[in-house]
Amino acid sequence: MVNSSAVVELRDLQVVRGGQVVLDGLDLAVHAGVTGLLGPSGCGKSTLLRAVVGVQRIAGGTVTVLGHEAGSPPLRTRVGYMTQASSVYDDLSVGENLRFFARVLGCGAGSVYSAISAVDLTAQRDQVVGRLSGGQRSRVGLAVALLGAPDLLVLDEPTVGLDPVLRRDLWDLFHRLAADGTAVLVSSHVMDEADRCDRLMLMREGQILAHDSPAAIKASTGSTDIETAFLALVGRDAA
Amino acid sequence: MNTHRPSTHAPSVRVTGAIATRVLTQLRRDHRTLAMLLVLPCLLQALLWWVFSDQGAIFDRIGPALLAIFPFFVMFLVTSVTTLRERSSGTLERLFTMPMQRLDFLLGYAIAFGLVAAVQALLAVGVSVGLLDLDVRGPVWLLVVVAVADAVLGTALGLFVSAFARTEFQAVQFLPAVVVPQILLCGLLVPRDQLPRVLEIASDVLPLSYAVDAMTELTVSTATGEVWRDVGIVVGFAVACLALGAATLRRRTE
Repeated sequence: MVNSSAVVELRDLQVVRGGQVVLDGLDLAVHAGVTGLLGPSGCGKSTLLRAVVGVQRIAGGTVTVLGHEAGSPPLRTRVGYMTQASSVYDDLSVGENLRFFARVLGCGAGSVYSAISAVDLTAQRDQVVGRLSGGQRSRVGLAVALLGAPDLLVLDEPTVGLDPVLRRDLWDLFHRLAADGTAVLVSSHVMDEADRCDRLMLMREGQILAHDSPAAIKASTGSTDIETAFLALVGRDAA
Repeated sequence: MNTHRPSTHAPSVRVTGAIATRVLTQLRRDHRTLAMLLVLPCLLQALLWWVFSDQGAIFDRIGPALLAIFPFFVMFLVTSVTTLRERSSGTLERLFTMPMQRLDFLLGYAIAFGLVAAVQALLAVGVSVGLLDLDVRGPVWLLVVVAVADAVLGTALGLFVSAFARTEFQAVQFLPAVVVPQILLCGLLVPRDQLPRVLEIASDVLPLSYAVDAMTELTVSTATGEVWRDVGIVVGFAVACLALGAATLRRRTE
């Protein structure tokens, strides 16, 4: 069944939002490395990630992260989370945002410095976040998630709207972090990011269609790219 | 990035302090809001004095009430909008994934705005007493204490109400609904004991009435017993509102 070395384990997870069943009995295990959660907008990716960090009200089932119940106190300094909204203060500078969250987490100034340089915002350190570009703003959100070297990073669409060079740099960063032992769970609705992941979860309408390495998913569907594999899997599902 | 995050059992003094400092930093950057918070009450007090400049006794009666209304009114408005922003921008959700308790959040806001209210009160009281010759018989520092208690009340009520607004536009609409009736019934227009009986009872259960009573008492008497009783009632209301506000702050949301 579910591997005991899993970083995240979902069992029979059910989520109802506004009277609609979003996730209906999901079983899933996420392991070390970079795991991509791919699917179209509205398929339940954000809801799943919110359940993993423990801010989603759930209707049934369990979510276990690093051996603890999702969102429980021992995890609050071990899981870094970034939402699509960046979740930073627009009226504070980059450095002020990072220092504030570092103080809440109880980690030192060194952590602030390394988080800012990891997302390549050292030059923008004293700028007010509201005056940055959308891409820079979302990198501030990412830097906050990196504070204090968490064991699990949960990133909701961190590469949306970024230029290709920066996107490549961020994926390199995710792999460096994974090599240092941080499990990285990244969502995206852009299928061409699939090949950058160690493992892939393809999601549609609250269901996981496939969960394997990108190569294995392509091989099992006889496809040369993930988009075609996705379509083949949807077709198989409907049949 | 090789240092691990420390354990979660750190004292929340750190988190509360972090939130209070951050709120004050945001205010410091927002010069217009800061000017509104600190200068506007003094200007309005001067305007009131001017309006009644030919009828000296009226300013002495209404001036103290206005000193009680400012901190409540302004802190309610500022807090309801800023906490709504925390809820809608995702920062509150992010904080809830970190070692932050609801009480840290509430106290952080209450401390930050309480401090701003203290400065606001010092300026408004200074202008009223020093320049506009407002007659104060009781200790002037106690006026500041009343103003701070009153501001914390406004902050607590604003926190609570922000849970029921989806947009900043809606949050502002709560001002006429929640604050204006209290201004009408607090004794500013008609002394509370001269109100129709039903309205007098209504004014007895509204917190702003007690803040106004305390300010008025300080201007007419050197005795402070009743003032402390009124301050106690205002603080009681503030604590109750903070508890209600805490109930609306949920780590898990739909």
